[in-house]
This record gives sequence, structure tokens and C-alpha cells, in this order.
Amino acid sequence: MNDRKRTARYGFAFIILAVLLVILFIWNVNAGSIPLSVGEILNIIFRHQGTDTAYNIIWEIRLPRILAVIILGGALSVSGFLLQTFFNNPIAGPFVLGISSGAKLVVAMLMIFFLSRGISMGSASMIVAAFIGSMISMGFVLLVAKKVHNMSMLVISGVMIGYICSAITDFVVTFADDSNIVNLHNWSLGSFSGMSWGNVKVMAAVVILAMIIVFFMSKPISAYQLGEVYAQNMGVNIKLFRIGLILLSSVLSACVTAFAGPISFVGIAVPHIVKSLLKTAKPLLVIPACFMGGAVFCLFCDLIARTVFAPTELSISSVTAVFGAPVVIYIMIHRQKRI
Amino acid sequence: MENTNKSYFFHTDQLTVGYEGKPLIREINIQLNKGEILTLIGPNGAGKSTILKSITRQLATISGTVYLEQQQMASMSNKEVSKKLAVVLTERMRPELMTCEDIVATGRYPYTGTLGILSASDKEKVRAAMETVHAWDLKDRDFTAISDGQRQRILLARAICQEPEIIVLDEPTSFLDIRHKLELLTILKKMVLENQLTVIMSLHELDLAQKISDKVICVHGEYIEKYGTPEEIFTSQYIRKLYGITKGSYNASFGCVEMEPPAGSPRVFVIGGNGSGIPVYRRLQRLGIPFAAGVLHTNDADYQVASALAGTVVAEKPFEIISDENFEKALQIMEECEAVLCPLTDFGTMNEKNKKLLAKAKETGKLRES
Repeated sequence: MNDRKRTARYGFAFIILAVLLVILFIWNVNAGSIPLSVGEILNIIFRHQGTDTAYNIIWEIRLPRILAVIILGGALSVSGFLLQTFFNNPIAGPFVLGISSGAKLVVAMLMIFFLSRGISMGSASMIVAAFIGSMISMGFVLLVAKKVHNMSMLVISGVMIGYICSAITDFVVTFADDSNIVNLHNWSLGSFSGMSWGNVKVMAAVVILAMIIVFFMSKPISAYQLGEVYAQNMGVNIKLFRIGLILLSSVLSACVTAFAGPISFVGIAVPHIVKSLLKTAKPLLVIPACFMGGAVFCLFCDLIARTVFAPTELSISSVTAVFGAPVVIYIMIHRQKRI
Repeated sequence: MENTNKSYFFHTDQLTVGYEGKPLIREINIQLNKGEILTLIGPNGAGKSTILKSITRQLATISGTVYLEQQQMASMSNKEVSKKLAVVLTERMRPELMTCEDIVATGRYPYTGTLGILSASDKEKVRAAMETVHAWDLKDRDFTAISDGQRQRILLARAICQEPEIIVLDEPTSFLDIRHKLELLTILKKMVLENQLTVIMSLHELDLAQKISDKVICVHGEYIEKYGTPEEIFTSQYIRKLYGITKGSYNASFGCVEMEPPAGSPRVFVIGGNGSGIPVYRRLQRLGIPFAAGVLHTNDADYQVASALAGTVVAEKPFEIISDENFEKALQIMEECEAVLCPLTDFGTMNEKNKKLLAKAKETGKLRES
């Protein structure tokens, strides 16, 4: 491939992602228990005209949900990409390493604690709780990573940490007595339902800020792809860089868990698909493409989750697992040497 | 020493290195001028890599100081160091989806902007570096899909493109075949001569180390055992001691190793000289037949090999006619042997007595076709 061909390929990949994003956006706005025509939707969105019911469905339910899916889906897959870079392991991700489950545990415990006292948690405090949980799990994973250098062992330890956290969460949820427990149960399985504009604003602020920092870390990430020693020789401050990677990936995945619960496999599958599409691992391209890819993937999965068995809604994790897990298996088979 | 450390491009002062605070090698004093090649030799596990890692700041030093252009390296920022010092490592990396050009381009890291986007002149430098190592044709190949020799050249190009004044290489020739070893070292030598590059590396190949280095360090035991020019280091005795060679020997003039001579009293006598004996000695050694060689002048090429492989060598001083004494000695040994081989065809004034030996062998019927 020469330079021109390569540039064409990158352009092509981004156009595909953008087109898919637009199509899925429209489809998601349209799909649901109450069918609306495209004309009606456009009227509602751009002219704020339409019947009250339709208006409310679009503005209060579907639009915030879609925006949340885009923001969180993107955040999740970028978080996965950062973890894969950090551990130099193609099947690392916030879910398999138990980081999402750690976040879930702390959020669930705090939620129950506050609900039992009649206080409901705000978006920001949910993120903080999830971040604390993520960092606790991450701490365990890092301890394990220090001892074992085998990649599959690391992932297995992560899965175990995830199970322990999930078990404790289930335990806590089972014995909690509150009417809101139903919501909590849905959330702990992973779901994009019930997003408010308030939620969207908070998550947008956090994720956009984190994404800007991640994007400006493209250069050291590209150096780090050659290994720690080369990166250091190129002038990267390894300690600071590693801390940055850990904090950013945790913030991104914590944000997802706080609002939508743990979502499986997006963090592994999307970066892999995006890299295969771009045929490069250059962070400058992969990071934005990952964000778009994550948004597309989650829009698609959420569409399935809420329409296939409507009015019953599937948990988002069961849908992402169906599409994401095969990708993970594929990666493991094709890179047996590395794992 | 008269030459104070002030004038050196790179030097270490009582540097002690090791892992986790435990000293492995103590009080290393290296002094290197610009445009010199320093090679670290020594047995496996002696600590060559440890020294290199400490110099390149991957490993914290235990005590002592490393200076680059009179500046303490410990006080320099990563970025400053990265513009002066580049590394080529042994550890195998498998970066995914990176072309060789991408890999080389990472060498421009210290010079690019916030997002690391390459300018036209950066791209030109990447190309120039790849051309220096004759690897421009590999630019679009995936880095994980090329051979070891190619990979090592690409990594060298990466280091070159970082525009360092000093390159540190950890066993750059391991895994390479002889052609690629020579190619790689030739490129290094050329860069040293043309661009005043300074090189510090570890090598396993003593013959190559002897030929390419300006200075050699022998890493063995707790202290640097020897530090000097290749001429000072590469003596048969010292190399045997350094590596603890018990089987075989090291030939300092040829820079090659020889196997152990077959044990036992000589069964074959070889009349050699002028290089004709070498293939015969080697064949006998391979077959495990102990042999004697004679009469050889000590300045004859055959003498070098015979003294390593033969049980007994009857030797004469250079440029002297073979003495009667040596002739008698050879004759005596020949009589004790079962067979005589004579690959020698040129008889002159100095080795005329070898012709007599040949005649004697024919007479006794011991002469065999060699």
C-alpha cells in the first residue's frame, strides 16, 4: 500500500463509520412501540412540532437515550483500547478485567445505602462511586499483573475479580429492601433505559473532557506500542504515562457503568474491528474511529435490545455478548502466540 | 591516567550496576571518545545487558555516575537524552498492524509536535535512514512478517532516524546469519566513520568484536575484568580464561575458535606447510584421529591450526632452514605413527628436509593418499 492508498483507506473507514452512525441514529429514533414517520420525527426534532405524546417520546425518551448510547458506547470502546495498550494484550477490556464489575459493586452499595435513607444519588456522585470501584478492581488487576506476566492469566484473574464483585453485588441487591430495587436490578445487568437529559449532560461533560486528553495522548501511546523501553528512550515519561492511561480508562469505563451498568465485550470487539478496518494501529486514527465504532456498535445492539422482543427489553450486555464474544474468540484463535 | 575524563564524549565514573539495589558489577569506568565503538564481551549471564540497561537509564544505577558530553545523564530529561541516545534492543516485540516505515518513523518522536504528525522533512529522514540500512523496499511490509535480519535492520534504521550521537545495541547480531551479521556491522562501522557516531554494544561473536571494536570491555565476575583495545584483550589465554573454555581453544590472530584435539598418541603424521595442511588437520580432527604435524615454520598458516589440533607439532623458527635436530625429531615421531599424509607439494630451500621426510615415508610404505 502506498501513502495515497492508505489515506484513501482511512477516509473510507471514517465515511463508513459516519454513515452507519447516521443510519442507526435515524433508525433508533424511529424504532419503538409507537411508530412515527420520518416527516413527523423531523418536525419534532427541528421544528418542535407534533402531538404531545410523540413529542415527549422523542424528546424525553428516545433522544437522550440515543445520545447516551453514542457517548457511552464510544467511551467504552476507547477505554478498552487504552487497556489493551496498557497491558499489551488484545483481549484486555474493562469488562473482562473486572473493572466494570468493581464499579458496579461500589455504585450498587452506595445506591442502596442512600436509597434506604431516602436520598437518590445524582449523576456526578454515581460517576465518582463507579470510579472508586473501577480503581479498586484496577488495583487488584495491577497487583496480579505485577506477579504474572502471562497474558491469559491476567485475563483469567480479571474475570475472577469480576465474578467476586458480581456475587457481592447480587448479594447486596437481594437483601436490599426498596421499591427502586427493580431499577437497580435492571441497571446491574446493563441497560441504556431511563436516561434523562441531566444524565446526558453530565456524561457528555466527563467523556468529552476525557476524550480530548486521550486524543492528545496519541503520540505517547504510539511510542508505547513499541514497548516500554523504546517509549522511554523516545522521551516518554513512563510513570506519568501509565498513570494517565489507567486513570483515563477507568474514568471512561466508570462513566459507562455509572449510567448503564456493566456492558460486556464492546471494549474488546470494537477496537479490534476498527483496527482491522483501518489496517493500522496508529492511535491518532484509531482513537476517534474507536469512539465512532463504539457508538455504532452500541446503537445497533441497543436497537436490538429494545425492539426484538418488545415490549420486553433485553439487557444490553446479552446483546453485546452475542456480537462481541465471537470477535474475542476469533482474536484468541488468531493470536494464540501472543496470549 | 593523563587524559582526564573531561575530554571524553561518554564516560562512567565508578558506576555500580545491579538489580533491586543488589550490586552485580562494581566500579565500572568506561571512557569513550566520539566516533568510537565499544563492545562488551563476556559469558552469558555475566551482566552485559545489565550494564547497557543502566547506561540507557532503563535500570536505576546503584552508585557512580554516567556522563554524556560531560553532563550527568541522571540530571538530563528523557527528551534531552532521546535526542542524543538511541537504543536497539533484543527483546522481541510484535507490534500489531505496523509497517516497517511506521516503526522507523517512531524514531522521529523527539522531533515531532504534540500529535506526532510527521512533516515532509521527517518523512525524508525516515526514508534516508531506511536507505542507509538498505531497507527502503520493506517500507510497506508488516513489521511482524519480515525476517530477523530485516527486523534488526529496521530497528537500526529507527535508531538512526532518531539522529542520536550515540547508539546502544544489545546483542544486535543474535539470531542473524553470517551475511546479515556482517551487513549490520558494516552499516554501523560506516556510520561511525562518516558521521562520528559513537556505539556501545554487546556482542557474542568474538571474531567480529575483535575486528569492529575500538575498545573492548570484558564483563566477568563482580568487576570489569579487562578494558582495553582489541589487541590487548584478544589473546588466546585470556579468552580461554574469560569464557572458561576447557574444550578447544581460541586463536587470537584469526579470531576463531578451534575444537579440542583428538586425545591419544599420534597415529598419523602429516607433512604440511603453506596452507596445504589445514584441510587435512581438520578432517583428522573430525574423524577423531590423533595426529602429529611437521615440520612447520611458526609463521606458516598451517602452524596456527596445527598447534590447536595436533597432538604434537614439530616447529621451526621463521625463515630458518629446518634444523637437523627438528628433522630427527620428526622422523622419530613418524616412525611411531601408522600412516603418513603429505598434502605438501612445494618444497623450497627452507623446508627441503620435508622432502626427505616424504622420501622416508615412501620407503617405509607408510605414505597414504591424502
